[in-house]
Amino acid sequence: MSPIADYTIAGFIFLGTAFAIVGSIGLVKLPDLMTRLHSPTKATTLGVGALLVASMIFFYMKNGKLAINELLITLFLFLTAPVAAHFIARAYMHLNCEAAEDLPRPSKDCEWSTYQRSYNCDDQTRAPH
Amino acid sequence: MTSHAEPTSPNLSFRKRWVPHPLLTLVLVGLWMALVNNYETSGWIFGVLFGLAIPLVTKSIWDSTAKIGSFGSVLIFGLIVAWDVAMANIQVAFLVLFRPSQRLKPAWVTVPLDLRSREGIAVLAGTVTLTPGTVSCDLSADGSSLLVHCLDVRDVDAVVARIKRRYESRLLRIFK
Repeated sequence: MSPIADYTIAGFIFLGTAFAIVGSIGLVKLPDLMTRLHSPTKATTLGVGALLVASMIFFYMKNGKLAINELLITLFLFLTAPVAAHFIARAYMHLNCEAAEDLPRPSKDCEWSTYQRSYNCDDQTRAPH
Repeated sequence: MTSHAEPTSPNLSFRKRWVPHPLLTLVLVGLWMALVNNYETSGWIFGVLFGLAIPLVTKSIWDSTAKIGSFGSVLIFGLIVAWDVAMANIQVAFLVLFRPSQRLKPAWVTVPLDLRSREGIAVLAGTVTLTPGTVSCDLSADGSSLLVHCLDVRDVDAVVARIKRRYESRLLRIFK
């Protein structure tokens, strides 16, 4: 392997670990759950992304074949991180009554979907506007 | 906009009956090929088999089909989001490292939506979570606004305007 490839790989690994550790620092440092949620959803996606780019370059130099599996890992990470964050946020809103009182209302006669009970979603969300 | 799937009736065309979601089939074959990394006949056979079987088995879940306006705008949207994700990381990293927690100004923000397609709203919510300083938390019961939590906000209107201009306007063109 050429030294240029070596340094590029090392650079990406460094970048990845740097972002991963910043994400973890954020998790410790930020004051409450909602602000803490910001740091792993973002810092970690790029952290893992950079590590996967390093892995791709390494295996390309080693086998001469492009490994697409890493791209899939990135793709799945980007799909799952927002969903997990969404569920954590909702669970927090419902477990923590003070947080729920601070929420803005979406409009006069409507609530946020998880607060409004017995709502026939099919009739309303799909009605033509 | 979305449409309800018709109940299976005998006069449904062959294509509609056995390949109800051609795009999903293509995506599944592509995913499978990328996953096994094996471009010989055996890989293709399994890929096509899964690509045909999974949409059929899960037909009851896919009661609507998203209509995608143009694939060029999908590509542009993907590139913009990828760039914003990288920028978001750097921005949040700076906030985490150099801003004392007491000086952060977190806030709940309501983003009114013009987007009506369910798939479009799902993509928007995911994008909002991955991009600078915002996490989407809930959707209003009538699907007309999105609840967003901001890590550090000075100007609420600017955040809403940015989400609407940068992401929603493009998604409106993609999900017709």
